[in-house]
Amino acid sequence: MAIVTLTKDNFQQEVLQSSTPVLVDFWASWCGPCKMFSPIVDAFAEENQGKVKVGKVNIDDEPELAAQFRVMSIPTAMLFKNGQPAQTLVGVQPKERLEAML
Amino acid sequence: MERNVFDTIIIGGGPGGYTAALYAARAGFSALVLEKLSPGGQMATTDQIDNYPGFPQGVNGFELALEMQKGAQRFGAQTELAEVLRVDLRGPMKEVVTQKETYRAPTVVLATGASPRELGLPGERELRGRGVSYCATCDGMFYRGKTVAVVGGGNTAAADVLYLSRLCEKVYLIHRRDQLRASRVYLEPLKQAENVEILWDSQVTELLYGETLTGAKVRHKKTGETRELSLDGLFLAVGQLPNTQLFQGQVELDAAGCVVADETTRTNLPGVFAVGDLRQKPLRQVVTAAADGAVAAHFLEEYLSQRQQ
Repeated sequence: MAIVTLTKDNFQQEVLQSSTPVLVDFWASWCGPCKMFSPIVDAFAEENQGKVKVGKVNIDDEPELAAQFRVMSIPTAMLFKNGQPAQTLVGVQPKERLEAML
Repeated sequence: MERNVFDTIIIGGGPGGYTAALYAARAGFSALVLEKLSPGGQMATTDQIDNYPGFPQGVNGFELALEMQKGAQRFGAQTELAEVLRVDLRGPMKEVVTQKETYRAPTVVLATGASPRELGLPGERELRGRGVSYCATCDGMFYRGKTVAVVGGGNTAAADVLYLSRLCEKVYLIHRRDQLRASRVYLEPLKQAENVEILWDSQVTELLYGETLTGAKVRHKKTGETRELSLDGLFLAVGQLPNTQLFQGQVELDAAGCVVADETTRTNLPGVFAVGDLRQKPLRQVVTAAADGAVAAHFLEEYLSQRQQ
């Protein structure tokens, strides 16, 4: 399953109305730890196809989404279940920690 | 070759680990790098590295990490992205266990680096991402036009203050001594920055917060006076802690938690080497970690050849 680029226009449909859990990675191009985290999120998405949907929010492009979910540190990984943020992890995480959220 | 058995296992994929992998693989040994997160370690979180030779314009830490990984791969070094859960380093065949696999090798290179030290104050962990940050370049823009403080007195703290002073309304630097440890290149710019106030001989004694950080209590060590700062963000740059918990009880550590090893990178255990920030050393830099990696590969080669005789 491809990783979804999330925007304020598709967030409602892709995340809040999703029937499967969604992991959202808030990131920016100038953030070193985000670059480290991105391939981990990609591997997590690939290995957990069908169980979880994965999307990424570029906070420079989507400052409203970052503000709405009160993201003040990146990378932040937020797991949404039934349209609600269920769990938040701040900073680079090993893949095992992401899997433990499911 | 037996599955999951290597000539050397390198725990940690930073500059020390990948240099050891490069030298060992190039010398014809099978080498496995186990990396918990992604190649580069702390180096990968650095946007611009100006003091690694060969890059006159500087280099992005993450990109340098990928190049180091590729350089080692070119000679056959493998990488597995997995967190090491436990090790047994005592016997002639060492065992390294991840969630899914057990790997074995006669030599192991410890290259797990260091992590930012915490202040250890109540609320600090919960406030991470809610006003407390360990990375000014990552999180500074969330505090544009706001009031923040940096705790520390070394190069990271000084660089963070200068970076934040360009974004924030006001930046306090809270330092426990009466002078900075930071390199001279930072001192003049710090004096020039109009919105920077340095609180000398001062320590944060309490974090003030509701849902997010609202401020901090700061005590002057000489007068005993406590001042309450109203803050939107607090950036911590109070040094590093070596990531050596995994090896405790097997490898000799000093009081600071660093692996006891000299310039040969040999530890107290035969066949076990320590490279980079987790080792006792006077200067922790990308270039010194890389140098350790080369030295470790040299001595592990010597160890392996003596073992075969």
